[in-house]
Amino acid sequence: MGRPKIPRKSTAIDMTAMCDVAFLLLSFFILTTKFKPAEAIAVTTPSSVASKVAPDKDVVLVTIDPTGKVFLSMGDDKNDLAKKGELADEIMKTKGVTFDKQKFVKAHFWGCSFTQLPAYLNIPEENRKGNLLAGIPADSTKGGNEFGEWIALVKNVYVGSKMNLLLKGDNASKYPAFKSVIDAFKKNDLLKFQMVTNPESIPTGTELWKQSMKGEKREE
Amino acid sequence: MAEMDTSSGGGHKKGPGVKKGKKLSTRVDLTPMVDLGFLLITFFIFTTTMSQPTAMKLNLPKDADKPEDQNKAKESGALTVLLGKDNHVFYYEGIMDNSNASSKFKSANFGSGEDGLRMEIMRKKASTPDKDFVVVIKPGAECTYKNVVDALDEMSINDVKRYALVDISDVETKLIQLTEGAAAGAK
Repeated sequence: MGRPKIPRKSTAIDMTAMCDVAFLLLSFFILTTKFKPAEAIAVTTPSSVASKVAPDKDVVLVTIDPTGKVFLSMGDDKNDLAKKGELADEIMKTKGVTFDKQKFVKAHFWGCSFTQLPAYLNIPEENRKGNLLAGIPADSTKGGNEFGEWIALVKNVYVGSKMNLLLKGDNASKYPAFKSVIDAFKKNDLLKFQMVTNPESIPTGTELWKQSMKGEKREE
Repeated sequence: MAEMDTSSGGGHKKGPGVKKGKKLSTRVDLTPMVDLGFLLITFFIFTTTMSQPTAMKLNLPKDADKPEDQNKAKESGALTVLLGKDNHVFYYEGIMDNSNASSKFKSANFGSGEDGLRMEIMRKKASTPDKDFVVVIKPGAECTYKNVVDALDEMSINDVKRYALVDISDVETKLIQLTEGAAAGAK
């Protein structure tokens, strides 16, 4: 048989180039991304054309979950932790409830009425999931707008210092929940707040698009 | 030293007893390293977020108790946007009363098409003087937070300087329900 001999080729490929690519991508991802914050309350925020990045210092965050329950949280900075402690003292002083201050400070968010706070703080942190909790009563038709009192206390704590009031609402939450939160803000003369949204590109051909094309800086 | 030189005089050949150093290959198999690299990449993709959340500013007006303190909007320049359930949008121009309700009350959607809210705002904006133009947003009880944010976003997209978030009136709620009922019946 005149079968030509095929030389056996090595199947080993030089992996250096691939290794380079892999580590280049890795370093890109490490540098451009940020770790997802642990979220006990599942919230999908709507998108807007606002381009200002949400602040992460001196934050007072109000979260509205899909069913309209309201939660309150504050930042985790050293400064914020001190404020949390002050808030705990305020609540104990004015509302006549006693609870573990340390646990109050450690909690990532609060979602119950003042009277339920001691019981709430006894729930282990990992079991404190948004859908299992009652939320701060904010609806004035049922149970009164206690959320307004929470905000009043928070405002007292932040007197004389900067406070970034953020509102993070879920796409599916109904307007009345949003309205009762706004009413609570209004009642406390907190007339400026920011809503957390996902970035979105400006639709082409609109006024804003024309402005940004011209290079005009827009007010946020 | 000179003696050593003479002993190894025969070119590169080493003398007996001197072991020949085997030339080791410097190539390393990089496959496991590539594996590791991609494993780390997938880990970072799953645990991190790319986009930072942005914040949209909203300044609320102070509640004016007395009616005479409230800002008056010129009737001709006002566009009222009503938000209903299931992403329905309705709008009317100027003031609506019972006599002209059916002819003025129109429906729209959040799209950018011909019957979208954006088109309507742009049309109204072009036809009214700048200082008179005001958009009144009235979210109904059935609309979602997303609808409200979208409507507010529409204001900044179209560069509307004056807009207000106002509670819906009973008449308007009824009209929305009527229209939505009719639309459901037609289907």
